[in-house]
Amino acid sequence: MPKAKVDGIEVEFEPGMSVLQVAELAGKEIPRFCYHERLSIAGNCRMCLVEVKPGPPKPQASCALPAAEGQEIFTDTPMVKKARHGVMEFLLINHPLDCPICDQGGECDLQDQAMAYGRDDSRYAENKRAVEEKYMGPLIKTVMTRCIQCTRCVRFITEVAGVPEIGMISRGEDAEITTYLDKAVGSELSANVIDLCPVGALTHKPWAFNYRPWELKKTESIDVHDALGAAIRVDSRGPAVLRVLPRVNEDINEEWISDKTRYAVDGLSRQRLDRPYIREGGKLRVATWPEVLDVVAGKLRAVSADRVGVIAGDLQDAESMKAGLDLFRSLGVQSTDCRQDGMSLGGGPRESWLFNSTIAGLEDADVVLVVGANLRLEAPLLNARLRKRWLQGALRVGVIGEQNDLTYAYDYLGAGPQTLSGLSRQRNDFVKALKEAKAPAIIVGAGALSRTDGSAVLKAAAGVAKSFGMTWNVLHTAASRVGGLDLGFVPGAGGKTAGELVQKGGADVLFLMGADEMDLSATDAFVVYMGTHGDAGAHRADVILPSAAYTEKNGIYVNTEGRVQLGARAVFPKGEAKEDWAILRALSERVGKKLPYDSLDQLRAKLFAEHPTFGRIDYVAGPEAAAGLSLASLGGEGELSDAPFASPVKSFYLTNPIARASVTMAECAALASGATKMAAE
Amino acid sequence: MSIRRLAANQPESFAFRPEFEAQVKTWIANYPPGKQQSAVIPLLWLVQKQEGWVSEPAIRVVAERLGMAQIRVLEVATFYTMFMLEPVGTHALVQVCGTTPCQLRGSEKLIEVCKRRIGPHDHRSADGKFYWQEVECMGACANAPMAAINDYYYEDLTAESFEKLLDQFEAGEKPAPGSAIGRQGAAPEGGPIALTDPSLYDGSAAKPITIPNLPAKEPA
Repeated sequence: MPKAKVDGIEVEFEPGMSVLQVAELAGKEIPRFCYHERLSIAGNCRMCLVEVKPGPPKPQASCALPAAEGQEIFTDTPMVKKARHGVMEFLLINHPLDCPICDQGGECDLQDQAMAYGRDDSRYAENKRAVEEKYMGPLIKTVMTRCIQCTRCVRFITEVAGVPEIGMISRGEDAEITTYLDKAVGSELSANVIDLCPVGALTHKPWAFNYRPWELKKTESIDVHDALGAAIRVDSRGPAVLRVLPRVNEDINEEWISDKTRYAVDGLSRQRLDRPYIREGGKLRVATWPEVLDVVAGKLRAVSADRVGVIAGDLQDAESMKAGLDLFRSLGVQSTDCRQDGMSLGGGPRESWLFNSTIAGLEDADVVLVVGANLRLEAPLLNARLRKRWLQGALRVGVIGEQNDLTYAYDYLGAGPQTLSGLSRQRNDFVKALKEAKAPAIIVGAGALSRTDGSAVLKAAAGVAKSFGMTWNVLHTAASRVGGLDLGFVPGAGGKTAGELVQKGGADVLFLMGADEMDLSATDAFVVYMGTHGDAGAHRADVILPSAAYTEKNGIYVNTEGRVQLGARAVFPKGEAKEDWAILRALSERVGKKLPYDSLDQLRAKLFAEHPTFGRIDYVAGPEAAAGLSLASLGGEGELSDAPFASPVKSFYLTNPIARASVTMAECAALASGATKMAAE
Repeated sequence: MSIRRLAANQPESFAFRPEFEAQVKTWIANYPPGKQQSAVIPLLWLVQKQEGWVSEPAIRVVAERLGMAQIRVLEVATFYTMFMLEPVGTHALVQVCGTTPCQLRGSEKLIEVCKRRIGPHDHRSADGKFYWQEVECMGACANAPMAAINDYYYEDLTAESFEKLLDQFEAGEKPAPGSAIGRQGAAPEGGPIALTDPSLYDGSAAKPITIPNLPAKEPA
């Protein structure tokens, strides 16, 4: 490998690296505004100037300069310092310096770097440039006078999000960042431009003037709004979660998160169940914990075990599902189900319900077949990953299901299961590419498997995967799903599925663990709802046991890859609400089947002992483990219907109780549905 | 230069007229498949040739024709000051050079005429016939002061000759472009004083040659 010297330190670097990257290898920090390692190089802020020998005797922009063998790089000579001071002075000519009223204050690159390279006074008496505010939608607040034209937002939205809607118009002093005719940015990843903005030009509209970054307690946790389990940081002050920001996790989200992950947090303080309730005379009244637990225990004792049903929701942590399973199985209840959508997977080899390619591993695929999933809405970050792979070239994507703008080109093969089962007989370019592919992968969406003919679809998809040698991937939409399936939270011998339980006469007592995605209008059971929000489940409930949301408990979540991750508590549960497992532990005592754990640690110890996969935090088996999966054994015989595949995510912004309680998400959903109408006109 | 914005009043729609459509096809065909975006400036220029200015519907049409994002076309249209973003005069778009050589030779007088006859710069006159703006050097310094009116240069202007020109445009005439004092090319006033022997430049002393890559003749 070639070598270069950075301030006298010799470092080896890989060919193709820029001078800036080589300097970082040597541990030298180079100030920058426009350069970002995940975006293309613009080289327009000029903050990263260094001196390079051999070369012209002038400062050079290190981000855009390829490093070369034998180069000598100087990052702290008087010339470099003077140049950077000059650049900073130019940047500040038109910057309003309104840090005291700027939401970026305290976490602003310009502020930080001005501490190192700024003058303590200004040499300019002239008026500053002022720029009109721009509208970019309900999430992005703009104060464009603060903009330093780094174009990171333009590059992100064009390259990563694949929705080229932000641009820089005019030039020179008049250059402005804007969307086309002030339209809202139509990307599910749009708010990442706010993280990228090195100044306060783009800030969070929903959180404007709400906090200062240094007031917040930062808790590193895991996202539950989709099944990817993106790494997040929960920022809280006192009892309130104020914001969620992404953390870097190369394996899942790189450093992006979706707008739902970020802004649904205002739903954590609305519509909350903060006290136990009992329905009396058709109305819910506030009750006490002993009261409600006695009522529930009484009901459970009164009815026979085969008339009790338990349904786990989409946001449950593994511990609570484990406690629920332990409790109800000890009572003899077999009707337990974690699949609200009625998915036809579970109770087989673990690889059959995992995303075996892994999210990062998808970058090694050359042909990808997507069955019955709208990746952009079901997993925006996975879609961004696939787009990243597509930009590298030589990727072919085929879609069976809904036809949507996925931000990359794909072969549309058909809408329904018939296309899937007949795929190997089709003669088109995609099938030809599939036959010649070295690393093909199939992504089967939850929507394809949760139909009445889900089992037959599963068989057909597995058959196609087998005949083309594709890596088997299931994309779930619920954060709890893989954890639930790993635990075996499926109907036991003679047990009913979630869909059967909510039918009229399906059960006498229905225990919902945060299950809000089901139609409960038919059931005539006594409904116990343990959950966080006054949503569908609580609406129908006869007893409400208030529990903790994902930011309020330590919990284990298993993402769609099968990666076990630890979520952490940022704030305490609201009001009298308790952590889910603790509620179940208290209930177990009252029904006379005391659960054998008194702390979360003991519960986890039991969980890890009985289900070893949960003990391997952040481990993912990957495609090698899936190679042994017997695809032929998946699914069952049955008629394939003609109905086209439909994504379970109808409105991206309203997929779970937290998001549905969020005002911001409601605004986004209204805008998104309005936009669709406009397009249809 | 001031901040460039799309005009407040925009037409409903835009479509290339057939004679321009042919040129659009020519320009798009000039670039290899997948690189049609390269034709964005020629297409915007054709829009301006047809309409006199670049409207918002036209930007959308160009974006669609070239498979580009609308914002990318807007970026180009706002970047280049040669694209007029609002309707210009029906009779004349007057661009007076205000750079030093012209200024030294009296362009300020021309600007005064514009202000008096047409009104403030970068605006249409009250009758809608004229639109004027001050521009940077147009490269005709030898014949300063000058103004570009519509597609042609009018040089060696004085306030009087300039006013007469504007009269002619107002009357709907098309005055002959070039020097107002009858100067030959960029030669000294009163005629050339060097290279006076025509055989030096008229080709009579040269061997015949064929010039490669001559541009195709513009369609009339």
